[in-house]
Amino acid sequence: MNLDILWYLVPSVIMFCCGVYGFVTRKNMIAMLVSLELMLNSADLNFAIFNRFLFPDKMEGMVFTLFAIAIAAAETAVAIAIIINIYRSIGSTEIVETNKMKH
Amino acid sequence: MGITLPILILAMPFFMFLLLGLGGVKMSRKVAGVLGILGMGTTMTLAYIVAFTYFFSGDAAFIIDGVRQQFQVFDVTWLAFTERLVVKIGFLLDPISAMMLVVITTISFMVHLYSWGYMESERGFQRYYAFLNLFSFSMLGLVVATNIFQMYIFWELVGVSSFLLIGFFYRLPSAVSASKKAFIVTRFADLGFLLGILTLTFFTDTFNFVDMTSNPMNVLAQTGGATFMGASVLTWAMVLIFTGGMGKSAMLPLHIWLPDAMEGPTPVSALIHAATMVVAGVYLVARMFPVYCVVEASMTFITVVGAITAFYAAVVACTQIDIKRVLAFSTISQIAFMMVSLGVARDGMPGGEHYSGLGYMAGMFHLFTHAMFKALLFLGAGALIHAVHSNDYTKMGGLRKYMPITHWTFLIGCLAIAGIPPFSGFFSKDEMLAAMFNNNWIWGAWMTMVAGLTAFYMFRLYFLIFWWEENPNYKHHRPHDAPWQMSLPLIILAAVSVVAGFIPFGELVTWNGVSYHIHLEAPVAVTSIIVALCAIALAAKMYMRKNTLPEKFRKAMPGLWTAAHHRFYWDELYIFITHKIIFGIICSAIAWFDRHVIDATMDGFAKVTQKVSFAIRGLQGGNVQAYVLWYFFGAVALALITWICLL
Repeated sequence: MNLDILWYLVPSVIMFCCGVYGFVTRKNMIAMLVSLELMLNSADLNFAIFNRFLFPDKMEGMVFTLFAIAIAAAETAVAIAIIINIYRSIGSTEIVETNKMKH
Repeated sequence: MGITLPILILAMPFFMFLLLGLGGVKMSRKVAGVLGILGMGTTMTLAYIVAFTYFFSGDAAFIIDGVRQQFQVFDVTWLAFTERLVVKIGFLLDPISAMMLVVITTISFMVHLYSWGYMESERGFQRYYAFLNLFSFSMLGLVVATNIFQMYIFWELVGVSSFLLIGFFYRLPSAVSASKKAFIVTRFADLGFLLGILTLTFFTDTFNFVDMTSNPMNVLAQTGGATFMGASVLTWAMVLIFTGGMGKSAMLPLHIWLPDAMEGPTPVSALIHAATMVVAGVYLVARMFPVYCVVEASMTFITVVGAITAFYAAVVACTQIDIKRVLAFSTISQIAFMMVSLGVARDGMPGGEHYSGLGYMAGMFHLFTHAMFKALLFLGAGALIHAVHSNDYTKMGGLRKYMPITHWTFLIGCLAIAGIPPFSGFFSKDEMLAAMFNNNWIWGAWMTMVAGLTAFYMFRLYFLIFWWEENPNYKHHRPHDAPWQMSLPLIILAAVSVVAGFIPFGELVTWNGVSYHIHLEAPVAVTSIIVALCAIALAAKMYMRKNTLPEKFRKAMPGLWTAAHHRFYWDELYIFITHKIIFGIICSAIAWFDRHVIDATMDGFAKVTQKVSFAIRGLQGGNVQAYVLWYFFGAVALALITWICLL
């Protein structure tokens, strides 16, 4: 069976929208971080898809994806560290509680 | 002559300025003072060597067949803007610049020495010496300029140094406003100077003095008879250049800054506002003299301005109370004397070739002698102020017993300026008067009258300070002669003032380098001596012993006395013109435009930005999720727009 590019792109878009929805609606920062990862993964997926369909004999997109995953992991570590610090200082990971800087 | 000595003459004061200006705060007063004096002493020695070499060595570069040459020691390109517009910096040795080297360094050295005593307890002693050195550097650069542009640069530098030194006591509001006034008035005059330079050099195609003055008819030819508003362009150029000289030399109507400049320390007044900077205008005319000679109208202009100023300043000097103001007006009057003397000298005079350059020689001679005795008088005034702690003669009187050195030196200065033989002023003034009588008896008679007034007001001052009636305060605070640093310059300058008249000046400084043998014109000399003696006798009658005669004179002419005391309301006129007419009428329209058009546009931008910011500030609520949502919708909207456009 010859799969069209859309068969790959549509799940990627669904994944991205889930990520946006989760990021906007969740109150917990860990959950928001998970949603963020979902969006990133959907973007990584797109790299792989377009590389596969547009330049089948090249590997740049795949390599790029690997880099993006590594950087995303590093970012997540930083974000987790920030969230832990926030939790230590205000005793909560709720996003609405983190408005101290506003005042 | 090698270029080492001339360069050192300029470099030495500049180096001392940098050293004392930058390192002064780290030095004690004594070190700074000694360094300043030694530096200036060295410069003076070098300048003497250069001047003596120029005048007496007989080198073929300096004198050929008895004719003194103009010699450019060096003349290097400094700024080459275009092919035609090249600014050079050089060192020109000719009779007047060599003479000025001697005058400037001598007076500057005396003032350096004197200030050590006079300024001892003042704040910023080191800064004062740094500024003195800056001034000496600028003034030396001015007189040795090879081209008019270099002169203009140093001309402005002396203006700045003068500004800095007048405002030296910057905590006094009067000193600050006096320094501002001096700078603005002279700067305003320098605008004319610059326009003159541009007009002249546009036609001559050179800035160089030697090129212009060695062939003045060529300059006239180069302008090609162009005229502007009824006068030839060359006349305009020369009159405009003279305007700069009017500002610096305090000629009517730009004289108003000089009396106020007396707010500066007294040694500064002696150096800058009596002996050197204020004669820059005279020097400028002397430097361009051959070109002035071919423009009859500009020479007449100089003569008339000088004659009016000399008389005006002499009358005002008769009524001033502040002793430094009297000396300031006396300076204005004497400089105007030199201007008239230059103005009456020209080719084709009756009496032949012999007389044509007499006024020039006499003016330069008087510049030299005046620098010496006027610096002496100012330094004497400084010693008086030092002893009495007041500038007013009303606080003085009867001082001859208390301050013998100051008394005798001041008397010598007064005799010199009054023109009593054998003091130096007599010889130079006699030559000037001879030149004026030779041109037209009106100038001669007029200036003889001014010379009489000079003798009168100087001896009025002398008698009021040293005779009249003792101030009762002397019992509490006994005035005494100044310390040796201050007395020594007085004695030296007094000695110079006695003998300077016997210098064979005509053989050293003439306009074309051909030596001129000075001989006294008996009728002129006798007349001026009689006039001076009468004036002194009148002053003695009025002011020697306390009496009511001065009061009666004042009562007899109340209007004239008050007007003269208020300097004929020139300052009030300037205030009226600047404040009422310029600020009040012309500037109010400009101010309206500025406020309602330019400012309003800028205010409009600010207001719109502020309004919009207020309207949209709710978007930045600090809620990250809201930002993301807005961003998402924005991205979607952009995508949709792109898609629609591509369809």
